[in-house]
Amino acid sequence: MNAEIVIIGAGISGVSIAYNLANKGVKNIVVFDSEYLTSGSTGRCGAGVRQQWGTKMNCLLAKKSVEFFEKAQEVLQYPRDIEFKQEGYLIVATNELEDEQFTKNVLLQQSLGIPVKKLTPLEAKQIVPHLNIDKIVSATYCKTDGHLNPFTMTEAYYLAAKRLGVTFYFHEKVTDIIVENNKIQKVITNKREVQTHKVVNAAGGYSKEVAKLANVDVPVFSENHEILVTEPIEKIQGPMVISFALNIYCQQVPHGSFIMGRSDPFMPHSHNIESSWKFLDEMAKTAVGLLPPLGELRVVRQWGGLYNISPDRQPIIGGTKELEGFYLACGFSGHGFMFAPMTGLLLSEIILEEPTTIDINELHLDRFKDGDFNAYETSVV
Amino acid sequence: MNEKNIIICRCEDVTLQDIYRLMNEGYTSFEELKRILRIGMGPCQGNTCGQLLQREIAKFLEVPLDQVKTQKVRPLTTGVKLKSIVEATKNER
Ligand SMILES: Cc1cc2nc3c(=O)[nH]c(=O)nc-3n(C[C@H](O)[C@H](O)[C@H](O)COP(=O)(O)OP(=O)(O)OC[C@H]3O[C@@H](n4cnc5c(N)ncnc54)[C@H](O)[C@@H]3O)c2cc1C
Repeated sequence: MNAEIVIIGAGISGVSIAYNLANKGVKNIVVFDSEYLTSGSTGRCGAGVRQQWGTKMNCLLAKKSVEFFEKAQEVLQYPRDIEFKQEGYLIVATNELEDEQFTKNVLLQQSLGIPVKKLTPLEAKQIVPHLNIDKIVSATYCKTDGHLNPFTMTEAYYLAAKRLGVTFYFHEKVTDIIVENNKIQKVITNKREVQTHKVVNAAGGYSKEVAKLANVDVPVFSENHEILVTEPIEKIQGPMVISFALNIYCQQVPHGSFIMGRSDPFMPHSHNIESSWKFLDEMAKTAVGLLPPLGELRVVRQWGGLYNISPDRQPIIGGTKELEGFYLACGFSGHGFMFAPMTGLLLSEIILEEPTTIDINELHLDRFKDGDFNAYETSVV
Repeated sequence: MNEKNIIICRCEDVTLQDIYRLMNEGYTSFEELKRILRIGMGPCQGNTCGQLLQREIAKFLEVPLDQVKTQKVRPLTTGVKLKSIVEATKNER
């Protein structure tokens, strides 16, 4: 068997890359996933989409991606519902330091055309009436932010890619990448061998391990991030509410349930995705403190998923100087879902050697070689 | 009986017809069906539908029952209010 391009991983990144390449006319694209569609981080994530970032690059990636999500249902001709709830993100500042940082962030975001504004605690309470404003100094709000259903959004790309001729193999793990004379020759899975000269590594939490198969070193690591869901209730919350200092994000999905998560700064690097009581305790305290009426909600389930984290917490999207034909889309550092439309578009442009929609030189793997990266993203939960 | 009237998942109101439709689209494992239909995502967390679905998948794929995985079990075993969890953490100190 041979392929023009092999994509490793059918999470939101892999399916978006496959769709964009096929949409540009590339034939004979093959995607392998060791499990099933959305089995990785994609099927475990909050699927929040926000344009309120601290670096220009992240703002632009998110803004252009939102523009796609707004029309994704039609463009991809998807029969089910991607459930894009575009009712904003409310980001609360809980101390003076954050407040100052947010003032700067808002100026940057507005300069890029993102419809964000700074709010007083009272104004914030008008948007989220159950917000405990004793905890906050100010807030920022962008009404075109929101969240999607990660399963159906991914399936929308997947079905569109399939219609355009992309072949998907599930439950098939890539076990080796054969390189000869500094050129990719073959991809080997547990079921077959594929002759190819181009490989895209979209393996999420396992991207470091997959890159190693081709002898390419990628300085990313993975860690468990936990999340929970409550029983559904009538709609009481429009926007996603987040706080970096309190360490919480919390949304009410269209189904009615609340989904919330937080990070553990002491989480060891690993591929573990189990659930812990410690998370449950801390999450409950934080959520009830900031959004008190949520205390009445029953938790139905908690789970975990991997963040694949890069040294500057910005993604790695592009080719590699070490190995011709080897491309990376990884290191999303907990925000790869919302960037996926741009990940797919930009990487397809790079692979086809077209001019890129936005300049993403600074997302190249090489930025880490001489410690030459300066845009560290601090706006993360 | 009409497949449309046979409820497999009571929590999320998923019928046998929904399941057949998706299996015919190629989604033939608990985890895949769950992600699209929400089957097993409700308060009982698959305790009711898990085995029913397992049997339907086995029949559809024509494989023995023990070759079909059921849902992954995660906490909590039963719904607990967030404020009860907060209260419980206070008692620990
Ligand atoms: C709790 C949590 C909350 C999050 N919230 C958000 C959010 O609100 N917004 C946001 O934008 N992002 C969020 N993220 C991050 C987001 O989930 C990821 O950045 C994104 O899903 C990454 O997608 P991906 O396709 O790159 O990787 P994945 O979805 O992990 O897909 C990688 C795929 O590669 C496959 N694979 C791995 N190794 C191999 C191999 N050797 N052979 C074949 N296949 C292989 C895996 O099976 C997997 O399906 C969150 C993450 C977590 C864990």
